[in-house]
Amino acid sequence: MWQWFHKLGSPRWFYQISGKFLPWLALASVVLIVTGAVWGLAFAPEDARQGNSFRIIYIHVPASFLALAGYYVMAAAGAVGMIWKIKLADMVMVAAAPLGAALTFIALFTGAVWGKPTWGTYWIWDARITSMLVLLFLYIGIIALSHSFSTRESSARACAILALVGTVNIPIIYKSVDWWHTLHQPATIKLSGAPSMHPDMFKPLLVMILGFYCFYVLVLLLNTRTEVLLREGRTNWVKDLAQPK
Amino acid sequence: MFQFENLDAFMSMGGHGPYVWGSYGLSLVIMGWLALAPLRRQRVLLTKLHQRLQAKDRRMQGERNEGS
Repeated sequence: MWQWFHKLGSPRWFYQISGKFLPWLALASVVLIVTGAVWGLAFAPEDARQGNSFRIIYIHVPASFLALAGYYVMAAAGAVGMIWKIKLADMVMVAAAPLGAALTFIALFTGAVWGKPTWGTYWIWDARITSMLVLLFLYIGIIALSHSFSTRESSARACAILALVGTVNIPIIYKSVDWWHTLHQPATIKLSGAPSMHPDMFKPLLVMILGFYCFYVLVLLLNTRTEVLLREGRTNWVKDLAQPK
Repeated sequence: MFQFENLDAFMSMGGHGPYVWGSYGLSLVIMGWLALAPLRRQRVLLTKLHQRLQAKDRRMQGERNEGS
């Protein structure tokens, strides 16, 4: 068990294993996202109330899901790195921050663009939207913090603490549509009970969510591999990678 | 089944075209960049490391030649 744990924390082992998954993850993301997007844009039925603007849901909901799930990944990696002093976990935390920030930005942007034809305004300071904006600032704060220390150890600890404190925001985002009366519609997909959506509209959404999950894992691995190369440049195995055969 | 009568109707989306296509377009650009940026950065890192190693090799060779 401990040997396995140790191996999992080895950047070299991670680099070799993750390299085998990359092509499959890339293939799965492209196939799922292209299928879901074409299905959602052209073949899903039009929404009776919102018209065609509802098709933005196929980007907005998966991006929001991964923006939130990505925060858990980042905070958990930060905690593991801080408690067990595993370098790789710290690299995963740093790799997750820009990815999460980009997905949060997509969620906010598509939400704003969707809001214009539906609510008549791009932006409104309601609970769901404001707490998502706080999420974006948390991600950006972690990116900034990770660049502002001279030693990796203090940088990793500061980022992990900020990430863990920031998790308070996540249940607020989830519950914001129930706790406050807002313009934002309540959750379409719930863990308990059927989705409040017609199956013809729901199936492409499910494909998109799966595609976004694959895409998230793909980019997280890619970013972590970049961090590995950046930090392990003095080791022999990375030097061998740099030597063309 | 295809929900639109023709390609023009598909592009205009009943007046919602700019919103829908704008959302999909920007997301595509951002996600493409997310996937390609780390690959480019890795290539740059490995190239720099390679150049550094070559420079070190040359330096060591130069020292050896001076010694003989």
